[in-house]
Amino acid sequence: MADTLFRQCPRSGLFFHRTGESLMKAHAVFAVVFFLIGGIFGLLVMLTRMPSVHLLDAETFYMALSIHGTDILIFWIIFFEVAVLYFASSTLLRVRPAAPALGWLGFILMVVGSIMTTLTFLRGNSSVMFTSYVPMPAEPTFYLGLILFAVGALVGCFLFLATLVIAKREKTYDGSIPLVTFGALTACIIAILSILFGAVILIPTFLWSVGLIPEVDPLVYRTIWWGLGHSSQQINVSAQVAIWYAIAAIVFGATPMSEKVSRTAFLLYILFLQLASAHHLLVDPGIGSSWKVFNTSYAMYLAVLASMVHGLTVPGSIEVAQRRKGYTNGLFEWLRKAPWDNPVFSGMFLSLIIFGFLGGITGVIMGTEQINLIIHNTIFVPGHFHATVAVGTTLAFMAITYFLIPVLFQRELILPKLAKWQPYLFAGGMTMLVIFMLGAGTLGVPRRHWDVSFSDALMQYQYAGTAITMLGMAGLGGILAAVGGGAYVLIAVGSLVFGRRLDQNATLLASFGVPLKPGSYTLVRPERLGMTPAEAEGAVSHAAPGTFTLALVFLATFVVYFFINAKYLSSLWHMS
Amino acid sequence: MAITPPSQRIWWHKPIDRIEALWVGIALVWCLVLFFWMPYWHLFGKQNLSNESYKTSPAAFEAKVQAMVEKHKVRTETSGDIPVVAPPPGSDVYMLGRTWEWYPILELKKGQSYRLHLSSVDWQHGFSIQPVNINLQILPGYETVVTLTPTQTGEFGVVCNEYCGVGHHTMLGKIYVKE
Ligand code: HEM
Ligand SMILES: [Cu+2]
Ligand SMILES: [Cu+2]
Repeated sequence: MADTLFRQCPRSGLFFHRTGESLMKAHAVFAVVFFLIGGIFGLLVMLTRMPSVHLLDAETFYMALSIHGTDILIFWIIFFEVAVLYFASSTLLRVRPAAPALGWLGFILMVVGSIMTTLTFLRGNSSVMFTSYVPMPAEPTFYLGLILFAVGALVGCFLFLATLVIAKREKTYDGSIPLVTFGALTACIIAILSILFGAVILIPTFLWSVGLIPEVDPLVYRTIWWGLGHSSQQINVSAQVAIWYAIAAIVFGATPMSEKVSRTAFLLYILFLQLASAHHLLVDPGIGSSWKVFNTSYAMYLAVLASMVHGLTVPGSIEVAQRRKGYTNGLFEWLRKAPWDNPVFSGMFLSLIIFGFLGGITGVIMGTEQINLIIHNTIFVPGHFHATVAVGTTLAFMAITYFLIPVLFQRELILPKLAKWQPYLFAGGMTMLVIFMLGAGTLGVPRRHWDVSFSDALMQYQYAGTAITMLGMAGLGGILAAVGGGAYVLIAVGSLVFGRRLDQNATLLASFGVPLKPGSYTLVRPERLGMTPAEAEGAVSHAAPGTFTLALVFLATFVVYFFINAKYLSSLWHMS
Repeated sequence: MAITPPSQRIWWHKPIDRIEALWVGIALVWCLVLFFWMPYWHLFGKQNLSNESYKTSPAAFEAKVQAMVEKHKVRTETSGDIPVVAPPPGSDVYMLGRTWEWYPILELKKGQSYRLHLSSVDWQHGFSIQPVNINLQILPGYETVVTLTPTQTGEFGVVCNEYCGVGHHTMLGKIYVKE
């Protein structure tokens, strides 16, 4: 039967099903294409927001910004996430993917939808940003493209669930599903819920755009749209955390400190993240404070708690694994002696640190009901989410790409020296962009704004010189990040096209499986996936004092920065 | 490993490491502090939104703005002859967002409270007083009311920080605060 064809990767020991593998590759390649398109427009936007360059004219700027936001936040990330879903189900559980024909249908819907929306933007009459707040209209094909894309992604989600069912029924694994698959399951469930929110609001908005519905209420739109918009960021968080765990396992053979704690933390995401649309509505009219307070905090910050837990357990598990290998000196030998020139590791670790310190802290602070007054719609907001999605999610995806190129695509990385530097370039540039955007935002500089010198306005307002300087510095960071992003595309695409086909009989890396002959697929389903071998009880400690110290530094930063902002808030004009 | 099934079938019975449990505890406490800070600020802070708001229509809101302008106009400014309005302390004052201006200019007194009504007659706009840095989302069809007490004197810009079309970056307004 055609759908019991498996190949084992000799380098990782992982099994790939032929169709599952093709689906993964297709989604990953399209992801990179949209990263490239979105990234180019991001650079153009950045070069326009640098006061000294001010590259595009206003109309093109708003169009470029709409494309950048949509193509990179939605298309790059979700194409990649669907690939991750196939990887976490078919590959990690060694099972055939459910209904591959439907999988291809979903993929085609995503491709058609994303191209339709992008082309609509390029026509120029739909520069409504990816949020497309009503009543500002876009052309119907903008909404239609998004809807098709979402349906395609939904198909991918349901096939993931169906594949888990098949694996369970055919008993392809022993015990519980791996933590990474569990994280992907979390992402999948949140994705299904967000897409349902999306359907509830985007379908009526599409009907409104073709004249079948008289109006869509702007507050109702914002409330439901952000049910999609915010929850979908939690898809990214779950997916990226799953990748952190995967990389800790792949690079270090690390075992989660506690399956119970990590899985409960993922569960908290599902239970509480849906509430978070309130983040975006804290200074909106027509919504009461108790709703805002409860929802913005995901019921007392239980989802934040979950991220703080992962923030400890991922590096903690690495520390435990490293200490076991003998790096036990002091608090940080395990970290110093980590493979910093392996982009799979460095990308993942930078993703984790910058996501937490820059993205996490700023996110919670601006999500505090009253503090939002000093932050809403300033450039602080894109500062925050470039730390979360552009570093956290994107860099995690880049890191795993360096693993997937040899393992999934069976190609040798070209330009390994560049690959070694790429995570640092991208993360360094992004960090600079983020910090200066946060700074300029604190000084009141608006987001989505073509000209903060207001040169052709009737009235005048002058921002502080520091604010303007900071925009310029953010631009330098952005250029650096764009070079880093370009290097990623170059290495990824270049390796697929020019990379040497890999010898199938390279050394075995992981603890399971046996290498096969070149390119060989076998009709036999691989043997049942066994549980991780138990460690000798008591022989090794689970202590991760270095990670705990880092966590305390994180907490101190968080507390200090929170109260700085509270102090700033207290200096404002009085409002009641 | 995280990419293979857990080593114990009954993994939920495995005790949690001390440091991990300690961190969960510390993080939970901090989360609760963050949460209770918000109701605390509602009780003791001076910067809170009233959440008073009404459904309105562009015509109805424009009429109210116009009535205030006629009653309390003191002069006009700029080449666009935008009225400057100095309403009495404690009264209801209005500012309207439209492509691409904040209308009219307000002249307020420091330390006095005003019931400021805000709405839009077309797209969504972002009401952003600078450099004070107070930012509110303004929606068409909704009238936001906030009781505002300026604590500084001077000339303040009102920037639009919600994208509202190709002239978005020219959308400015002004508030004067006098002693
Ligand atoms: C290549 C490097 C990048 C540069 C130079 C860059 C730069 C920018 C700039 C300057 C803005 C406009 C801020 C404003 O005016 O409001 C922006 C917005 C945005 N960026 Fe990026 N960015 C980059 C990569 C990314 C990545 C990787 C992501 C996500 C995965 C991302 C997601 C977004 C989103 C969602 C927006 C908001 C668009 C909107 O306001 O509608 N960016 N970016
Ligand atoms: Cu506006
Ligand atoms: Cu605007």
